Amino acid sequence: MGANVLVFAERREGSLKRPALEALSAARSAADILGGSVVVLALGSGAAAHAEELGKHGADRLLTAEAPWLDMYVPEAYAATLAAAAGDVDAGLVLVPATSMGKDMAPRVAAALKTGMLSDVTDLEASADGTLRCTRPVFSGKANAIVAIPAARPAVASLRPNVFPVKETGGGAAETGSVEPALAEDKVRVRAVRLEKPAEAELDVAEASVIVSGGRGIKGAENFKLIRELAEPLGAAVGASRAVVDAGWIAHSHQVGQTGKVVSPNLYIACGISGAIQHLAGMSSSKVIVAINKDPEAPIFKIADYGIVGDLFEVVPKLAEAVRNLNS
Amino acid sequence: MKILVGLKHVPDTETKVKVADDGVSLVEAGIKFVMSPYDEYAVEEALKLKEAAGEGEVLLVCAGPESATATLRQGLAMGADRAVLIQDPRFDRADGLVRASALASVATQESPDLVLLGKQGVGTDESQTVPMLGELLDLPHVSAVGTLEIVDGRFTAHREIEGAVEVMEGSLPAILGCEKGLNEPRYASLKGIMQAKKKTIDVRSAADAGIEDGALGEGKMVVWEKLDLPAPRSGARILEGEIDDQVVELVRCLREEEKVI
Ligand SMILES: Cc1cc2nc3c(=O)[nH]c(=O)nc-3n(C[C@H](O)[C@H](O)[C@H](O)COP(=O)(O)OP(=O)(O)OC[C@H]3O[C@@H](n4cnc5c(N)ncnc54)[C@H](O)[C@@H]3O)c2cc1C
Ligand SMILES: Nc1ncnc2c1ncn2[C@@H]1O[C@H](COP(=O)(O)O)[C@@H](O)[C@H]1O
Repeated sequence: MGANVLVFAERREGSLKRPALEALSAARSAADILGGSVVVLALGSGAAAHAEELGKHGADRLLTAEAPWLDMYVPEAYAATLAAAAGDVDAGLVLVPATSMGKDMAPRVAAALKTGMLSDVTDLEASADGTLRCTRPVFSGKANAIVAIPAARPAVASLRPNVFPVKETGGGAAETGSVEPALAEDKVRVRAVRLEKPAEAELDVAEASVIVSGGRGIKGAENFKLIRELAEPLGAAVGASRAVVDAGWIAHSHQVGQTGKVVSPNLYIACGISGAIQHLAGMSSSKVIVAINKDPEAPIFKIADYGIVGDLFEVVPKLAEAVRNLNS
Repeated sequence: MKILVGLKHVPDTETKVKVADDGVSLVEAGIKFVMSPYDEYAVEEALKLKEAAGEGEVLLVCAGPESATATLRQGLAMGADRAVLIQDPRFDRADGLVRASALASVATQESPDLVLLGKQGVGTDESQTVPMLGELLDLPHVSAVGTLEIVDGRFTAHREIEGAVEVMEGSLPAILGCEKGLNEPRYASLKGIMQAKKKTIDVRSAADAGIEDGALGEGKMVVWEKLDLPAPRSGARILEGEIDDQVVELVRCLREEEKVI
């Protein structure tokens, strides 16, 4: 197969998700090495409206299937349409964001194409001969595997969100074309029927560039307000250890770690979290880690960049105030 | 209701990772292997569904080394009815597609009403098998199911996505990946453990499962080249002085040096 790179541009409720632009930027670099072009597939009504934004980030072509029944996630139809597009555009590489949608869909695409896939990669290198070589965290982040797809084509990879930088290339609007969904609506056997959102829309840890997390050290559910008061001026999402989720102090959707979400924000502030290996599995690839803990021996200090040894009930409000002062 | 459950035999998550001389394998001495934690939710859900229906069968399948028998015995002790081991030590880091094909061979033979897997096999952390098996069997799939309801051959599954819960509706048969929170896996009772010892495990070769030898060896599509241990972080810079000064210094570092706020 060819030198072109196909990218799946995830949309939710009509908006392009940032991890799609991250994957697109990685695709542009890969296509430049492979000597091919970057083709993006976007599904659902209004998808062609992203031609400009996608072009600006390196897309040469945008393929869309604008059938309204694709507005919500339809796993089989999405996967079949991406797999068909891979053949149509002669892709040598298919990149999908490793979001909850991309993780659910990309392996189905790889199976349809009878090819190899690398999941949730944090680094990606294409060689001129077409080999895809990636880094992926394994064993709960305790090791990085270097894995390659030397021959199978197209190679498929899903890219961990928040890791690959979004780059503008200054390109004009991508050239648009439309494709048919590769599966008829009446053949579909599973689909998303609705999204249930928390009453108060909260920033999700998986999407945040700053996260403030609370652990058992915060002592009770009511003290999460301390964490929120620091998160708010930072524009941060609120994270949590499993201990506090299991205690019912906050919903599981906030849990960071091996059985929670894996995050790579620019800044992770751990308050009253000991740093158990399963927690580290979810956040050790954060760019800057700050730990606030009263126990100087807490393992979290081994992986943190900055540490304050102290009582979080004193430190966190002061930190929140200092950040608010910075903003004002 | 006949339910097929896939079990992966994996290194315990507490395992200290030591890389062998070849630069890519694990030193296995001292590692405890267990049923992948998410697979426990799959076994529990299968047993619950069978109990609720008052009839049915729970069939376990593992593609793994001979020692994976222990994981299958654990599932049998929890209450599963039968087990198949597709025995080959090379399944651990086999291509997702090959592992899914191994499961597909048994599913094709047994025609289950439902296939339950873990959302992710811990260790290799690929999360590929659920969607791949869906494609291979031409059945719908949902990965990472947090709640599940089945009525008259149709299911409703909730899965957590970024900032919301996505409600999926579909029809059986289907392949579902189980997420933490779906249920509380039971412990095997003493009676269960005794009974499990008496159940036979049907052992097959990879070839019996239709997998060509090359697919597990020279012909692998995904090649593991190297296992790197992340450079140990040098340890935190512990700030000093009065708390007020520490806070000021931290904010300065985050803004001026790290440029993250
Ligand atoms: C299979 C498995 C999966 C798991 N998955 C996850 C996961 O996804 N995420 C996860 O987080 N955990 C997970 N765990 C649990 C993990 O092992 C730990 O139990 C958990 O992370 C501990 O949470 P914690 O740090 O909040 O609590 P603790 O370990 O109890 O730590 C509390 C910390 O707060 C500090 N502290 C107390 N009071 C104060 C104060 N006033 N000021 C400052 N510091 C204070 C203490 O010194 C201590 O270090 C998993 C475990 C298993 C077995
Ligand atoms: N070798 C295997 N044998 C049986 N089931 C497996 C195997 N590999 C993966 N699975 C199933 O697929 C799920 C997801 O695994 P993975 O795709 O490896 O992350 C696991 O939780 C198991 O239920």
